[in-house]
Amino acid sequence: MENRSPYIVNAPSVSFIMFKVLLALIPGIALYVYVFGVGVIINILLASLTVLLTESVILAIRKLPIRPFILDGSGLVTAWLLALSIPSIAPWWIIVLGTLLCIIFGKHLYGGLGYNLFNPAMVGYAILLISFPSIMTHWQTPSALMASPMDWLDQIKIIFKNNLLTKETIDAMSSATPLDYIKTQLTLHQTLSSIQQDKIFGLIGGHGLELINLGYLAGGLYLLKEKIISWHLPVAFLSTLFITALMFNVLSPETFASPLFHVMSGGSILCAFFIITDPVSAPTTPKGKIYFGAGIALLVFIIRIFGGYPEGIAFAVLLFNICAPLIDSLTQPRVFGHK
Amino acid sequence: MITALLVMIFLAILLGLVLGYSAIKFKVDGDPMVARIDAILPQTQCGQCGYPGCKPYATAIAKGEADINQCPPGGDAGAKALAELMGMEFKPVNEKHGVQKPKSVALIDESTCIGCTLCIQACPVDAILGAAKQMHTIIASECTGCELCLPPCPVDCITMEPVLENSESWKWKYPIYNIQKAQKA
Amino acid sequence: MQLKNIFKFNGGVHPDENKIASTRLPIAKLAIPKKLVLPLRQHVGHVAKVKVKPGDQVFKGQIIAEADGNISAAIHAPTSGRILKISEEILPHPSGLPDFCITLEADFKDTWIEKKPIPWKKIEKTQLIETLSQSGIVGLGGAVFPTHMKLKTNQKQTIHTLVINAAECEPFITCDDMLMRERADEIIRGSLIAQTILGAEKCVIGIEDNKIEAYEALKKAAQKTTVEITVVPTLYPSGDAKRLIYLLMGIEVPKEKRSVDLGIQVFNVATVAAIYRYLEFGEPSISRIVTITGAVKTPQNYEVLFGTPLSELIKAAGGSSNKQKKFIMGGPMMGFDLPSIDVPVTKAMNCVIESSPELFPTPKPVMPCIRCARCADACPVNLQPQELYWFSKSSQLEKAREYNLFDCIECGCCTYVCPSNIPLVQFYRYAKSEIIAQDKSKEAANTARERNEFRLARLEREKKERAERHAQKALGAQDKQAEDDKKSTIAAAMERVKQNQQENIKN
Repeated sequence: MENRSPYIVNAPSVSFIMFKVLLALIPGIALYVYVFGVGVIINILLASLTVLLTESVILAIRKLPIRPFILDGSGLVTAWLLALSIPSIAPWWIIVLGTLLCIIFGKHLYGGLGYNLFNPAMVGYAILLISFPSIMTHWQTPSALMASPMDWLDQIKIIFKNNLLTKETIDAMSSATPLDYIKTQLTLHQTLSSIQQDKIFGLIGGHGLELINLGYLAGGLYLLKEKIISWHLPVAFLSTLFITALMFNVLSPETFASPLFHVMSGGSILCAFFIITDPVSAPTTPKGKIYFGAGIALLVFIIRIFGGYPEGIAFAVLLFNICAPLIDSLTQPRVFGHK
Repeated sequence: MITALLVMIFLAILLGLVLGYSAIKFKVDGDPMVARIDAILPQTQCGQCGYPGCKPYATAIAKGEADINQCPPGGDAGAKALAELMGMEFKPVNEKHGVQKPKSVALIDESTCIGCTLCIQACPVDAILGAAKQMHTIIASECTGCELCLPPCPVDCITMEPVLENSESWKWKYPIYNIQKAQKA
Repeated sequence: MQLKNIFKFNGGVHPDENKIASTRLPIAKLAIPKKLVLPLRQHVGHVAKVKVKPGDQVFKGQIIAEADGNISAAIHAPTSGRILKISEEILPHPSGLPDFCITLEADFKDTWIEKKPIPWKKIEKTQLIETLSQSGIVGLGGAVFPTHMKLKTNQKQTIHTLVINAAECEPFITCDDMLMRERADEIIRGSLIAQTILGAEKCVIGIEDNKIEAYEALKKAAQKTTVEITVVPTLYPSGDAKRLIYLLMGIEVPKEKRSVDLGIQVFNVATVAAIYRYLEFGEPSISRIVTITGAVKTPQNYEVLFGTPLSELIKAAGGSSNKQKKFIMGGPMMGFDLPSIDVPVTKAMNCVIESSPELFPTPKPVMPCIRCARCADACPVNLQPQELYWFSKSSQLEKAREYNLFDCIECGCCTYVCPSNIPLVQFYRYAKSEIIAQDKSKEAANTARERNEFRLARLEREKKERAERHAQKALGAQDKQAEDDKKSTIAAAMERVKQNQQENIKN
């Protein structure tokens, strides 16, 4: 006999949740295109295609049903996040290789959906960053800052066959990110106020980049409103980052950037709403989520200021993914009727 | 060079003292291992392991004389629990000692019983009632299903009856899962 | 209706109520069936002891099986007739296994045994509880715990508040709702009786805000009494006793404790009404209100005699309109599939729902858990269902127990909200019953160990005793030898004397 009470359910499906996440990324992506051109779209398409193909093959090898696991959308979320994390002028094989790493090493070697210890997108990103540091730190200059704005054909060229372009064009296209720029300039004993005179800085973050971050923020707030993610992770992450940055900023405003700059630069917003909120690799208890978010924020700040990399989100997230089960077991909430 | 040597010697002495002190302070009396192994064994006292009961088998395991896979009533689950306790690799139950059977209790055919008391002497848990030349009967709730009463019976009047599920002993089953069906397909 | 001073518990869900269909018509009386099948186990505790034999003539309300010990309840003949047999029949239980039942053939005269109203105001409390133990009344909300045991309090436990559970939070079920609308008076009087017996200072009825008519009826009946009626928001599972106590009073009943330990007793509305009918009219527990709803033609509430085959009730409700013929006992959140339509109506049966693919579609394929913790947000006990699922699924039962599996009330909220369609509660039911079974077998193993050790000690003692006896015997033999030696010496001496005498004579 079947005995399957409750006989009624009312839950959004996994696919529904994942597609909502993809939907929430759209404003950010749109602004990305506005600031940098179509390069990111090409990367997203490449990544999506790679995910679909790789997952189908792996699922077939693992003798799992292909349809439900492709349609669950979790692979696409990973792919899009990776595509948004790498420079939009990186050659095509970077995103393909990165996506393969995410899906194979980040996801399926651990058992697929629901079993990954690490955030798959960050696994791929970290391996790429360590293996190809030069490509991964050459970001595109925002179109508005370029002497002659590049057209979409140039973007396709640089992604698929960059020897079609002259070295001058490539140099004109790429620049360091504000975080990177501050880091290198500080070692040259510049003061922060003079560093931030550079054209790559905008109102609070990087020129153009702050706009994209606002797009992500809008998407994140949408996810919160739709109850796809809980408030604990983004709030803990952003507030810890803000407060830590504020303390350092007050101590020495000429060496440490403002807290708002830290929040609106690099991948902070994407991380707060889209990366650390991956439910599988994050803690599940409310308190655990707060510790997790706060811990990652601290580590991100430490890596940004004292570490060798300008941005530390991937490493911070991966390190804290390891701690997630421990955090969970230490932060079990009080059960009804217990002390 | 000499400083390093001295430091090492000093450390060695210090650690040795700590170890020696804890050996005295945290000394464990008796051999709790036997009791812990015995707690895992099903206490059927059937002797299929080759020892005269569960406790002797537990003692043998603790001494390293017996393997952990000699108990058919405990089954693979029991062997797993023993492997975990002993920190050993799990081995399925050795079929030389028998196979796991569904839980049964002995039943005496009371019309055939001649009252010889041989089964009473064989029962390891005193679960058979009766006296010489009187019919015997089994206290089903105390019977461990060890089957030791079967061989001595001269008239073969004892049978093993499997314990059937009733509304009191009924259990919820492991849920059947759609995806597993899909996975097999 | 206003909500005041409500303490909200964690989680809970809002399933579609589906209650309107079965409240359109008033409660109807179901006709006496030809045969009634009365299971001996309709309550929590010991099985009732049979007091009749096949062929016996019984009257309506006569005890046919009596309570065996304190935690047990009597079973009465629901109508007059003849006992046909005592046999194993299929019960309305998720196992679908047979158990002992008394089958009664109705004579359709419906003659009552002499009804004895009980002057409950006059008689002493212990005696009253003794009489109530003959009433067959058990918790009619579904827990079926013998009611007289809940009225029994000792010096240590003084009850200050009596909570009457009128929440009826599960979708589809309306039997309490209809009872309140039509017999609010009996409920209020029963509540007052229970309050007096318990010596409680306060009596609060907790009712969900979706039962406006029932609330009005209760309010009218409770005028000029001290019974308070508190409205709680409609939220499943507010009808769970511990949840209701929290909603009403903000008191959490600690784990492994019962509400009585805190001076709070909870009764279902139908139970207090049954207490009233027993004491005031001498009518024992022989029938109850059952909701029949779902895919049947005319969903309605019926007053049904215990033992009536379910098929009669289905027939009365217009039979089933679809071919599938699947029936669920209880609500859609915690109910179970009935093994057959021939099972009898029992004290626990509050609702029968005919299932249909439209009402209860087949579950979607199960996906892996993504640890989204929606289940934890929905859990009214504040457990971490995703962890419990992990441990139950891999049969790490000790771990599951550590994560408070036994605090789970199996309400099904976690499954209701799971995006991966995982049958979480089923895993908890499995793990719980597996742990209970393991504990039982562990206990059995401990008894076997003790008995074995005792036997070994006895054998040892017997061996020693035998050895001692042997030694004594050996000693005795020596003594005998010595004695023999003595005797033979004496004999020899005598012989010599004799010889001497003879020689002397000869000489």
